Amino acid sequence: MTELICTVCPRGCHLKVYPEENYRVEGHQCARGEKYGQEEVKNPCRIITSTVCIEGAEHPRCPVKTNAPVPKQMIFNVVKTLNNVCLRSPVKAGDIVVENACGTGVDFITTRSM
Amino acid sequence: MINKYDVAIIGCGIIGASLAYELSRYKTRVVVLEKENDICCGTTKANSAIIHAGYDPQPGTLMAELNVKGCQMAKELCADLGVPYRQTGSLVLAFDDTDMQTLNTLYRRGVENSVPGLRLLSRDELRAIEPEVSESAIGALYAPTAAIVSPWEYGIALAETAVKNGVDLLLSTEVLSITDESDHWSLQTKDQVIKADFVINAAGVNSDIIHNMVAEPAFKITPSKGEYYLLDKSEGDRVRHVVFQCPTVNGKGVLVSPTVHGNLIVGPNAVATNREDLATTGEGLDFIRNSAVRSVPSISFGENIRNFAGLRANSDVDDFIIGICARHFVDLAGIKSPGLTAAPAIAVHAVGLLKDDGLKLENKEHWNGTRKRIRFSELTPEERAQLISNNPAYGRVVCRCETITEGEIIDTLRSPIPAHTVDGVKRRAGSGMGRCQGGFCAPRIVEIISREYQIPPEQVLQDGEGSFILAEHTKRREI
Amino acid sequence: MHVKIHDLIVIGGGPAGLAAALSAWECGVKDIVIVERDKELGGILNQCIHNGFGLHYFKEELTGPEYASRFIDMLRDSSVQVKLDTMVIELTDDKELHVVSSTNGYEILKAKAVILAMGCRERPRGPIGTPGTRPSGIFTAGQAQRYVNMEGYHVGRKAVILGSGDIGLIMARRLTLEGSEVLACVEIMPYSGGLARNIVQCLHDYDIPLYLSHTITQIHGYPRVEGVTISEVDDNRNPIPGTEQYIECDTVLLSVGLIPENELSKGANIAIDSRTGGPIVNQSLETSVEGIFACGNVVHVHDLVDYVTYESSEAGKSAAQRILKIASSNSADITHSITDENADVIQLINGNGISYTVPQLIDLKVKLHNIEVFFRTNRIFGKSTIHVKAGNSELKRFKRVRLTPGEMEKIVIDEDTLRQCISKGFDEIEVSVTEDPASEENVHFPVEKTVTLGEVL
Repeated sequence: MTELICTVCPRGCHLKVYPEENYRVEGHQCARGEKYGQEEVKNPCRIITSTVCIEGAEHPRCPVKTNAPVPKQMIFNVVKTLNNVCLRSPVKAGDIVVENACGTGVDFITTRSM
Repeated sequence: MINKYDVAIIGCGIIGASLAYELSRYKTRVVVLEKENDICCGTTKANSAIIHAGYDPQPGTLMAELNVKGCQMAKELCADLGVPYRQTGSLVLAFDDTDMQTLNTLYRRGVENSVPGLRLLSRDELRAIEPEVSESAIGALYAPTAAIVSPWEYGIALAETAVKNGVDLLLSTEVLSITDESDHWSLQTKDQVIKADFVINAAGVNSDIIHNMVAEPAFKITPSKGEYYLLDKSEGDRVRHVVFQCPTVNGKGVLVSPTVHGNLIVGPNAVATNREDLATTGEGLDFIRNSAVRSVPSISFGENIRNFAGLRANSDVDDFIIGICARHFVDLAGIKSPGLTAAPAIAVHAVGLLKDDGLKLENKEHWNGTRKRIRFSELTPEERAQLISNNPAYGRVVCRCETITEGEIIDTLRSPIPAHTVDGVKRRAGSGMGRCQGGFCAPRIVEIISREYQIPPEQVLQDGEGSFILAEHTKRREI
Repeated sequence: MHVKIHDLIVIGGGPAGLAAALSAWECGVKDIVIVERDKELGGILNQCIHNGFGLHYFKEELTGPEYASRFIDMLRDSSVQVKLDTMVIELTDDKELHVVSSTNGYEILKAKAVILAMGCRERPRGPIGTPGTRPSGIFTAGQAQRYVNMEGYHVGRKAVILGSGDIGLIMARRLTLEGSEVLACVEIMPYSGGLARNIVQCLHDYDIPLYLSHTITQIHGYPRVEGVTISEVDDNRNPIPGTEQYIECDTVLLSVGLIPENELSKGANIAIDSRTGGPIVNQSLETSVEGIFACGNVVHVHDLVDYVTYESSEAGKSAAQRILKIASSNSADITHSITDENADVIQLINGNGISYTVPQLIDLKVKLHNIEVFFRTNRIFGKSTIHVKAGNSELKRFKRVRLTPGEMEKIVIDEDTLRQCISKGFDEIEVSVTEDPASEENVHFPVEKTVTLGEVL
């Protein structure tokens, strides 16, 4: 059994996950929480947010996020791909910054029009 | 660069600045050498900010004479220089019979020192003028001439005015050794030698080190650290006067006082320490809180916005150490409390010593001993509107707590002794002095300094050399 | 000086001000001005580049800039005016505002209604009184967030975070992802000040130790931070001698609480609740000065922007009702102040376990509806019951699995219950919490685990 705190919403439910019982979950208050509990034990993933350089905009950095969760062990590799990017204003929120980061199939997209 | 100065002043705290100001009246060529990257960074920026009336020093001492004179001079001088000053008067509280005897002693001393207006107050009289003092205070000594001042602005204003009138100032210039060249002095610094006929030692806590470069050791400075609380403006009118406790051998005791900026200052303790130690301590702060509530029980320390510590240049001599210690070499050393009060009088006294020692003094035809600073927050709406229409930079409020505008920040960067650090700006313009302590304005001030001096933000300093705020850029390309 | 008159002035263009202005506009008020001191709208959301916003309000997970842009985009299609780079330096109880900017100089504005949406500021080092030197390298977490996320600077290489507020936790992750080392997060309380999800996603994910019941007892180094001493604290939050540990670092981030920014409110003689640090408000978010409303973090510190939006929309609606009423009757009602001694109000009393409620009182002169009551508890509760009482009778009860001071809670007191109260002549309603008889779940949660130094160093 693994004890977890659910992070799908700010409520922070305290979950118990039983891998030996086909990943049965206790303590969740919604279906998304149940799924989270199972995924978190099988293959924990996270949305990653960071910034990239941008030129010609009102600020020198543009915020970005992954458009899908990335496996936890890939986080540092994926973030490194942002170091070599430099955007040029204008960009629109949702523009792809890095495609298929480290072969995860996940893209980094901008989260602000600048 | 002048080949040889008439006078070199070592140290640009309140003492060096006062003397520079005084000497700037004359056609004398003066240089001030300051080891820090800004002036008034030592004791001058970290003390109780009090202009003492003068009942403390022993009658007949130089300290007594210069304290009372300095207290008289401060009022007009601050007005001329645009320095915040308020004559609040001071109270020394007595809690028992021994204290009452001390008050009598202080009263007699004060009268002997020619302190005007001293009065012993009964318990009722005391509470009538200072309602928040402890019920256990049974009497007080009232000194109407005591005042509060902005000490660093006082020092900066004096030095700036001196520079405006032709005095040279060298920052980040520590004197490493001094050589007697028989007809002049050579002062060795990191990258140059300064020559001067007369040298003044105004090196504060380091004044014994400077003295020992030219003369036999005659005194020793043991810095005495004082820690403080500075409370939010919501506590600023907790008391109306400077409220002291009876002095002990360790100093004037813990005081509670309004500041000219509207805050409440509480402190100091007194702990012998080394020349570098400016750390506050848990024990020191506990002591201050416990002592202060004896005087004013209602102080809310939850409103603290800043703790700091300063060093007093305490020496093993009971008086200030003022005098000629070698030919054409004057010590202004061991200037402990009430040094801030006495400073302008010390300067006048020192000029007398220099004159007696052969320095020729001839008045300048055009000397301007006044200084003005724009303080947006003190203007009327009409004046503000006018100011902004002349220069839009005064329309951008950078420090919201103290209402300091970008125009005022830029003024400090273009003043006779320009600020170039965040705290340098703070000491001149007052930004970051308020309840958020620069949380909001510091990044904006970094930006303005960076823009005006055309240096990258990561080179902007908080205060002293090496006090970098930002590290390198994020997202550096992998090579 | 000439005084310009508007229907509604909103002070602050962050999430609260944006939602309030939009809501008032949607209610039919057209002459609205937002005064914002920054050069852009969005407030703190612009630097909150992490995700997790909007799950309640938009039913999707957004980053701060995305959440802000939803409102900024809607505002573009409205007639709401925005004064950027403009600071309000004075507000009077007569709803007169003195504002300054480089572009428009010094202006005096007046409004039929004013909404306070100034947000909050971070508590600096002073109020916590951490002893030590005064070097560079000490930042509030929000300051560091702005430097790192918007201006693109590292603030240091090795950081210790004091306090476990949400911004501090978020920054622990940000600094780590940017390649800095976060050595510890040090919290004086026996529980975290931030959301549980942030403890997991920002600390646990990156193996950053959280020291509960610990504090920094000395800052070392000059001119730059060189290290900190941390110590365990006793139940009274006093450091325990002998527990000192030295951690070498070049940066200290302070995440030790947020303070509603009410300097302007105090200037307008608005009554402040010492528990929240914000104005006392009624269910319409009206303050003690009639016609001045308040919403968002200026009222009480929220942990979710979604709730700020809900609350601010309500404030916008209330302000709009007032303005439209004035327009229809051609004069302002001479109304009362909710904090007057004989005001017709029901006070919400904080009973056992409650540290504050918002609203603080229910104004019976305002049309009654279901009232959302936000509150925080003053300690951690496991499975527990929230009681709403008047006199000796319990009006409502609510169940919760878990309550912590770090997470704002909400209950709804419905209109019927309120009418019952009024008919019985009650002028106080008490909200309290009791913990249900101990069950296994109440005992231990992994998030509350204190990491001992031995495990880390």
